[in-house]
Amino acid sequence: MTANGVIQIALYLVVLLALVKPLGSYMAKVYEGKPFWSSRVLGPVERLIYRLFGIQADEEMSWKTYAVAALAFKFAFFFLLYLILRLQGILPLNPQGFAGVSPDLAFNTAVSFITNTNWQSYGGESTMSYLTQMMGLSVQNFVSAAQGMAVLVALIRGFSRRSAETIGNFWVDLTRSTLYILLPLSIIMAVMFVSQGVVQNFKPYKNIPLLQTFTYDTPKLDADGKAVIAADNKPITEPAKVLEQTLPLGPAASQIAIKQLGTNGGGFFNVNSAHPFENPTPFSNFLEMLAILLIPASLCYTFGRMIGDRKQGWALLAVMLIIFIPFLILSYSSEQTGNPLLTTAGVDQAASYFQPGGNMEGKEMRFGIANSALWATATTAASNGSVNSMHDSFSPLGGLAPMVLMQLGEVVFGGVGSGLYGMLAFAIVAVFVSGLMVGRTPEYLGKKIEAFEMKMVALVILVPAACVLLGTAVASVTAAGVSGVPNPGPHGFSEILYAFSSAGNNNGSAFGGLSANTPFYNILLGIAMLFGRFWVMVPILAIAGSLASKKYVTPSAGTLPTHTPLFVLFLASIIIIVGALTFFPGLALGPIAEHLMLYK
Amino acid sequence: MMKIIRPALVSMIVFTVLTGIIYPLAVTGIAQLIFPGQANGSIIMKDGKVVGSSLIGQPFDDPKYFWGRLSATAPFPYNSASSSGSNLAQTNPALVEQAKGRIEALRNADAEAPASVPADLATASGSGLDPHISRAAAAYQIQRVAKNRGMEESKVSALVAAYTEGRQFGILGEPRVNVLRLNLALDDPQ
Repeated sequence: MTANGVIQIALYLVVLLALVKPLGSYMAKVYEGKPFWSSRVLGPVERLIYRLFGIQADEEMSWKTYAVAALAFKFAFFFLLYLILRLQGILPLNPQGFAGVSPDLAFNTAVSFITNTNWQSYGGESTMSYLTQMMGLSVQNFVSAAQGMAVLVALIRGFSRRSAETIGNFWVDLTRSTLYILLPLSIIMAVMFVSQGVVQNFKPYKNIPLLQTFTYDTPKLDADGKAVIAADNKPITEPAKVLEQTLPLGPAASQIAIKQLGTNGGGFFNVNSAHPFENPTPFSNFLEMLAILLIPASLCYTFGRMIGDRKQGWALLAVMLIIFIPFLILSYSSEQTGNPLLTTAGVDQAASYFQPGGNMEGKEMRFGIANSALWATATTAASNGSVNSMHDSFSPLGGLAPMVLMQLGEVVFGGVGSGLYGMLAFAIVAVFVSGLMVGRTPEYLGKKIEAFEMKMVALVILVPAACVLLGTAVASVTAAGVSGVPNPGPHGFSEILYAFSSAGNNNGSAFGGLSANTPFYNILLGIAMLFGRFWVMVPILAIAGSLASKKYVTPSAGTLPTHTPLFVLFLASIIIIVGALTFFPGLALGPIAEHLMLYK
Repeated sequence: MMKIIRPALVSMIVFTVLTGIIYPLAVTGIAQLIFPGQANGSIIMKDGKVVGSSLIGQPFDDPKYFWGRLSATAPFPYNSASSSGSNLAQTNPALVEQAKGRIEALRNADAEAPASVPADLATASGSGLDPHISRAAAAYQIQRVAKNRGMEESKVSALVAAYTEGRQFGILGEPRVNVLRLNLALDDPQ
């Protein structure tokens, strides 16, 4: 690790933490529904939307109605997005003339974007029209994020209300999240990204002459477009001359802003934020990284304020940092160490005044090692899944850190809304376990935790883990699964494990070498994403409903305080233990085995 | 039931219009008004002609030019229509072969080049389009470029220094040299 790298990371954390309180208290105002400055400006739009919906803003829902509304809403959007993807060939704003997307890829992509995963089996600049990107994918970035925030707010109401039947109105929470939080932040971010060089236009791709033209060997094709095979069974090649480069363009900045802020992560271009048009400078990189954790971190403060005890929010944020920082250090130091095999081959990987050194395979020069490792851990701690370097080429332990952060259930920051509601589920487990230790009925934030809550929490924790392990098992033993694996040895297994860890926990990043655009992976990963999102969301709403209906229990001398350093450490340990028990065998077969091979 | 279905369907239209049409159009309007150069691809013009983008790297293997990072795009390197990294694992023998191939090419182009090659010059970038190399990677090539162009090394060094960007605001990112802009300047000393 270099001094400058550590300074850049420290600066990032300081700026992030400085924004938690202002943004967190702003969001609390948005959800409390009292008049505030931005509702005075956008209030008429908000009221118009409710009139179109045919709803009353103060009409509240039971948890079941809330869940049905949330699911119906996603169901409708799934069909719209699927149709746009299938029909993009005949829809406008398609200057490159891309054809409609295949059924299995359209299913995978539609599921991926409605579940806030943004797993991408396709390359953006070679598959998706401008219309699909902005009216299909970008829209999902907003509404799937807003849905996660709405469900979190419903759960918070479950804690803060006493003997109540309802947990809020889904349409109102959804609209407020989008209108007052996501849209204004996205506009600010998008314009700042453009200032750094992120493209934003509707022009067709631009051809540019190369300064030095060159030729390369391409397989010779016969009249039917098949490769011509020589007598020795090798394809015959012929030289092809390359005179120019085709620059992809499009409305990228507007999509990138929300894909970072909404923990979506679906890139406009194939290599996501490693692409110079998606992330052109170190400053754009700083802002994009900030946008990854900004809302998930700030929601901790929003939570504390809405339940009337800010210390509880800070305690949860502390748990997140306690888990995040060690994994960040592991990834950074491991990447800075470089690759011993390349050192033997004559590559200088030592950091110096003149070069960042380290493992530069799959990394961009402008970001170097520190910013690549920081991004990789932030994007997987949050369920963002965008990348600014290729995780597949990370060192075994450098890649283990992002994998574990996903496997912990996306609760360390996690998705906007979904991360904190997952963390609250773990907090319920922690008070339950400590209640067992001292033989008292557990309570959290003044609510008794009973059998129903524990059953739902078990679903929240076990369903994504089951998706990861079952999916990995199926893919590892079937020909269709194994045939997509490009790298030999334990790393090949890591690629499969990473894919299902990402899909089951709605992250969306990948060990990108895996050929996932096959019906097998598109469908299996699609199912993992659906289960991982909605089989968590619905039990959370059930908990919200159950808690809201309970009386408030006044804390007594025997109540476990949940804002102390002791509880923070205890909760962090619970998260790590549950994750380690579930995934250590898998990790031992993948990244740990690969590490031992490399340093034997 | 209608209490769920109507808002579900209407919200689909409302949010598509608001976040899928109005929002990107508004951002495009602002972008084209304030930052037209950046919003359209940071194009470099020379004598009224387009010669490249300052953000997108181009392939070089001529000894008289500085070479950039390796590129794993298909079917040829620096194919900007299809960005891609190599996705090679550290333990994959193909990664070592790739590095050895680059080291050999550098040595063939300049027998006097140092034995140890800077990391970024022997590895593929994440995007396959990385426009930059490290200062070490530029320094490694100064002697070869000067020899092949019949220029004094000090003049080449001066150009390298002119096209070196420091850390942004003195802190962020890594110091780096823009390969295309440096090569354009080599061809056109003014």
